[in-house]
Amino acid sequence: MYNFDFVKPSSIKEAVEALGTEEAQALGGGQTLIPTMKQRLAMPAKLVSLSGIAEMKGVGKNAAGELVVGGATPHATVEREAGDYPALAELARHIGDPAVRNRGTIGGSLANNDPSACYPAAVLGSGATVVTSNREIAADDFFEGMFTNALEDGEIITEVRFPIPQAANYQKFEQPASRFALVGVFVAKLKDGVRVAVTGASEEGVFRWGEAEKALSSDFSPSAVEGLSVSADGMIADLHGSAAYRAHLVGVLTKRAVAAAG
Amino acid sequence: MPEVTMTVNGKPASGEVEGRTLLVQFLREDLNLTGTHVGCDTSQCGACVVHVDGQAVKACTMLAAEADGAEVTTIEGMAAPDGTLDRVQEAFKEHHGLQCGFCTPGMVMSAAALLRDTPKPTEAEVREYLEGNICRCTGYHNIVKAIMAASGQEVSALAAE
Repeated sequence: MYNFDFVKPSSIKEAVEALGTEEAQALGGGQTLIPTMKQRLAMPAKLVSLSGIAEMKGVGKNAAGELVVGGATPHATVEREAGDYPALAELARHIGDPAVRNRGTIGGSLANNDPSACYPAAVLGSGATVVTSNREIAADDFFEGMFTNALEDGEIITEVRFPIPQAANYQKFEQPASRFALVGVFVAKLKDGVRVAVTGASEEGVFRWGEAEKALSSDFSPSAVEGLSVSADGMIADLHGSAAYRAHLVGVLTKRAVAAAG
Repeated sequence: MPEVTMTVNGKPASGEVEGRTLLVQFLREDLNLTGTHVGCDTSQCGACVVHVDGQAVKACTMLAAEADGAEVTTIEGMAAPDGTLDRVQEAFKEHHGLQCGFCTPGMVMSAAALLRDTPKPTEAEVREYLEGNICRCTGYHNIVKAIMAASGQEVSALAAE
């Protein structure tokens, strides 16, 4: 990895200032960024660690009853402290492995928007709000395709606000070597309808399966999805699974998620 | 170059590092604590697991500068100063939880973190916790057995696989 300047601010304001220079890059837990830098696929001149910013860590609830997760909160903390949103805690419990979960953060995962990451499914599937250093972004406006999102240069994810659904579940079909989602489906039954978000499957990254949402909003049962299918066009195909296989898994995992959510 | 100061195995340690210096490099090359191994260097294999402020982390995927001010425990810090092995190390020895030994430092550090949070894990919990620690020799059976024994549980009932 090429060398870089390292800074570790203790407030959001200082971090935004530090990120204001050319080729500065925010560092979450580094569980993706450090391996990427080792391969010289990223070579920032300056890394701005977000791990020393106390106001960006932890899990709580706000006055609106939303679960609020600080942008620099590690997966292990969400696993332990998101008891008010069990499907989210359970999702966090299956990211990577225990040591990775002690470092990797929700903000880092969303900023990276890996097409096979778990958190994007929870954020899009819950209709969460991504709060940054200068604005609030609805989940529907945040994800813009594989490894891309609405964040501008130097913008930091400070927290994520999740409305707590009446029922929710995440089903992840693991790619056996990496443990990333070969396909993952997050289903949430909210007061204004059902949302279904799919990760791991599409070349475009996480997406909502509108047809299933419509069917499940009128009948929240696995049989409501029976007969529905997503097209294999634009699905990821690699040695772990063909496009058609991934498309098939979307239906299977959606049914399982609905059954498990009850 | 930035200076880092941390407590490693109960003793103060400091040194100059580059921004890119990994925690595992600082431990091995600057402090000569070579018990922490680098296997894959891609955060898959777990040979480099150490504890940072009590949390198991992969030292190949954490910058040394990020550990500034932290308490770090490596495999060298597990045994008592008189050489008495930690209960996990003792159990690995007793139950032959290793063959080549390369993954063992990471296995022991992961197991110690598990037992701190879950003093009496089930066999399934042990296997799940070791998801990020890869052993290419043992087939894991004796590693799991050793960790179950270290937790004070009966292991004779664990069937050989």
